[in-house]
This record gives sequence, structure tokens and C-alpha cells, in this order.
Amino acid sequence: MGRVAARWAVQAEGLEKRFGATTALAGVDLAVARGSVLGLLGPNGAGKTTLVRILATLLAPDGGRAWVCGHDVTTGSVAVRRLIALAGQSATVDEDLTGRENLVFLGRLSGLNRSAARARASELLAAFGLADSAARQVRTYSGGMRRRIDLAASLITPAEVYFLDEPTTGLDPLSRAHVHRIVRALATRGATVLLTTQYLDEADQLADRIAVIDHGAVIAQGTPGQLKTSTGGGTFRVRVADPAERPRASNMLTELLRVPVHASADPAELTIRMPVAQPGRDGSELAAAAVTSLTGAGVVVSEFALGQPSLDEVFLTLTGGESRAEAST
Amino acid sequence: MTDIDTAMAVTGPRLPGLPAGPRPRPPGPLAASAAFGWRTLLKIRHVPEQLLDVIAIPIVFTLMFTYLFGGALGGGSVHRYLQFILPGTLVMAVLLVTMYAGTSVAADRARGITDRFRALPVWRLAPAAGALLGDVARYLLAAALVTVIGLAIGFRPEGGVPGVLAGIGLLLVFALALSFAWVTAGLLLRSPQAVMSAATVVLFPLTLASNVFVSPVTMPGWLQAFVHVNPVSHLVTAERAMIGGHPAGAQTAWVLLAAAVLVAAFAPLSSWLYGRQR
Repeated sequence: MGRVAARWAVQAEGLEKRFGATTALAGVDLAVARGSVLGLLGPNGAGKTTLVRILATLLAPDGGRAWVCGHDVTTGSVAVRRLIALAGQSATVDEDLTGRENLVFLGRLSGLNRSAARARASELLAAFGLADSAARQVRTYSGGMRRRIDLAASLITPAEVYFLDEPTTGLDPLSRAHVHRIVRALATRGATVLLTTQYLDEADQLADRIAVIDHGAVIAQGTPGQLKTSTGGGTFRVRVADPAERPRASNMLTELLRVPVHASADPAELTIRMPVAQPGRDGSELAAAAVTSLTGAGVVVSEFALGQPSLDEVFLTLTGGESRAEAST
Repeated sequence: MTDIDTAMAVTGPRLPGLPAGPRPRPPGPLAASAAFGWRTLLKIRHVPEQLLDVIAIPIVFTLMFTYLFGGALGGGSVHRYLQFILPGTLVMAVLLVTMYAGTSVAADRARGITDRFRALPVWRLAPAAGALLGDVARYLLAAALVTVIGLAIGFRPEGGVPGVLAGIGLLLVFALALSFAWVTAGLLLRSPQAVMSAATVVLFPLTLASNVFVSPVTMPGWLQAFVHVNPVSHLVTAERAMIGGHPAGAQTAWVLLAAAVLVAAFAPLSSWLYGRQR
């Protein structure tokens, strides 16, 4: 286990979990390097929260094993709890208590003495913009404020591994940016962060690696860049100078790239979902060749651009969301 | 690169709110229980209406039992019946408010806050212990109300202040042991309402099928058998003896044994239910 502990903060092998007839996890494999940020991305009901709850020692898996810093989450749960911090998805502070009382109480439970717990509560309340509401019961807080006090409660004392279950859901852009800075700073200081999110841009910006989970299994894993290139060559946009030339350009591009060419709402524009890159024929080469052919045939190209696919496209392609959406309409 | 730039590159920008320094040692069982107890008291302060039944039950019971049954059961003398019924009223009023630790454990689970507690390295029984501290406050309040109202309407304890205090002390021990059963229910059942229903279903027969109201001599044999083994009967007998200034050694021993059995059964069960990863 020594080597495992040195390299990986979180490891999972074939994790399975069933709730009655529902399979929440159907064999999840995961490895998160120390000091990195893993974005766990998936639609609602994919099994993200179940996975986090197993890793945070709250739930025992029906099959497979998992380790946090080398400690088994089932047999070594006591050791794991000394290393982790958890911000669950449901608001996990006491609604009857004030914001300050919650933080002081949880600070005491985290092992701080009375004065340290009070000082830390004040720091966190100020940092999360809750100083003015510190003396109010949490039940009077807005959704965003609850999310912030919940997150603040998870940052009272340092941890090796932070499990943040949708930490920015319901936050305004300013608070979201603050949470993003905190996640980055935690990782910079050597902590490991596993965050679940529904926001693809968030995973894109924050995560060193992304694991896409759907129907209880990891269906893709890699850096944001790898995921983008693995699912398609990106979107290629071509604008012709004369809209009348568009049909001819469309035919030429279809023949050349052998993929469907879509006429945009803009009468002069064509968009093409590029095929998956192959060795020696990546998207940019194909696009350059296509533009050269068009120009050679006398079609004046006023603009062209090749964009990487957005993570949204990647996500929808991987989870089959696109076909589901099409089937339902 | 300036020193500041270097520092920024290494540690990132200085951000308010980031945890710093080494992680403190987890609190011991006592410190953790004290933290949960403090939370329970804060909850009473913020939501004082939760004390409504703790205040109403003793008042209603003391007046109702005395004047409702006093004439008929006391052989025409309400005063004589009051001397008999008050220790029983005390027991009933306190035992009927024993389910709070159980309901608060269930409420924490229903709200999801239990997840946060369980991910912390704290003693498994600390949340229950903290909730029980709140129960102690409730029991003392209920017991004080019954005693004060009883005294006001003519109750005269022959055992004096020491007898009354000893009686309340024994009652507190048994009530705390019993509330461990409701903590277990709180960890098994889904909602605080379910815990309250389960506790009510058990508590009413347990307190009524005893010697609280009448001596069991007129009861049918099967009921007498139950009344005689019912720990509440032993508790009531012990209370009458202590408050009345008579020796209560044997009955007290029975009550303490019953309390020990309740704790031995339900404390480990609660601990296991709380700790199991489910």
C-alpha cells in the first residue's frame, strides 16, 4: 500500500452499489493523483453523489474497493475521516442555528478549541461574504448563502482530500469565482480536490482531469483537452463572400470531408462537425486543405475558423444526450 | 521576478478563507459530546416552542389526574389521592417527553446534516450524547413543574427535600436510559414523526399498565403479571417510597438494573447503526 499511498490520493476499483432494483454504480474505476483536481461530470442520477458518499466513508460499496491516501474507505474509515473534508450536496448545516454558531460548533467538532473555533468562524464568515448575516438563523438564508456557509464549514480545518459535491450550484457568478479560486489554491498547496459538477466550463477551467460518469460507470477520463479531441475534430465554420456560392461550396466540402455540412442561419455560412482526428489527418490539416480547394475552384472564402469542440458537445456526445434529445422531439 | 511574484507563484494568491496550518487532533469523546450538547441547548434557545409539551404535559397531568380521579379513587378525599398520585404523575410526565433525543437524531438524518458528522473523526455516540444533554434539561423542567404545582395544590412530601431530589435523580437515570431506545429508533426510522409515533405506541401501555393510578390488586391476573414486571411500576413504587420518606433500596436496585439493561442493549445498537456505512 505504501507506493499506492505515495502517488494516489483517491483510488477506486470496480466500485458497485445498488439500491434495491436500481444500480447506482456499475463498476467505477478511478485514480486521482495527489495535489490534483478531478472533475466528476455527469447528468443527474449518474451516480456522482453515490460515488462521493462511498469515498467519504458514508456508504459501503456492494462490490469493489476504494482507498483514500492508501486507506481502505471501509476497513480504514477512521483513518480516512482524519484526512478528508466533505461538502455534501444537501445543505449540511443546522438550520436552527445562526451561521456563526454553525461554524463554531463544527470547528469544535474538528478539534479546535473555543477561541480558535470562534476566530476561524469569523474569518470564514468574512471570506464568504456572510459577516452581515452571521447572527441570523441559517433557515432565513437564501439558497446561495446556504451553499456558501456549507462550503465554509468544509474549509474550517485543512484536509488532504476535499470532496465537494456540486460546490457552485446555485451560486452567483461572484461567489462562484471565489470558490474557483479557493479550489485552485487548495490544489496549489498540495491538497487533492474531487469535485462534482454539472457545469462543463467549471470542469474545463478547474480540473486537471475529468471523469465523465453516466449510468454508474466512468465512460471517459482524461484531461479536458484529451476529452475534446477524443470525441471529434471540432467545429469548422466557413463563410463565403457571396451567399449564392454557398450551395456549390457545400457540395465541395461534403465530397472532400465526407461528413455532413450544415447550412447556418447566416446565409453565407456553413458549419461542419469535423470527423475524429486520424494519424496524419488532423482537423486543422483537413480544414486547411478544404479552404485551399474552395479557393482553387473560385469560391471566395471571406472567413473560416476551426474551433475545438466545447465540453458541452463532448458531454452530450459521450452521454448520448444528443440522441436522447433528438429522439424526444 | 520579485519576491512577491515568487511567493504568488508558489502559494497562489493570498485568499481569505483558506485553511492553514496543521489539522488539529480530533476531539475526544467528551469534547465532542460537549459540542453536540452546546448545539442542543442553542436549538432550545432559538426554537423555544419545542418546550411547549414539556411545559404543558406536567401542568395538565398534575391537575387532571388529581381532580379527575381524586374524588372517585381517593375514597372521597382528593388530598389523600394527591399524596398517592403525584409520584406517578411525575414519572408519567417525564417518561412521555423522553423521545426528544430520538426525534432530533432522526431530524438530523432527514436533513442530511448527519452526513457531515459521520465524515468527521468523532465518537459515534457523541451526537446522541449531546441530544441526551438537552433531554436532561427537559426532564428537569418537567419534574420541577410537577413538583411545584403539586406543592401548590397541597402535596406534602414526607421525605422532604432530600426525598424529592433523590426521587427526581432516580427518575432522570431511568428516563435517560429509556431515551437510548428512542435514539435507536431515530437511527432506524425515516422521520422524527415516525420516532414519535413509535415511542407513543410503547410509552402509553408502559406507563398506563402500571401502578401509577391504582393499586393492581383489582386487576385480572394476566394484567397483574405484566404490571409486576413492568419497570415503570418498580420506578413508581421507588418514587413513592423516596418522596414519602420510606426505604426504597430493593425497588431502586430493580430500576437501576432495568436502566442498565436498556443502556447495554441500545447504546451499542445505536453506535453500530450510526457507524454503519449505509
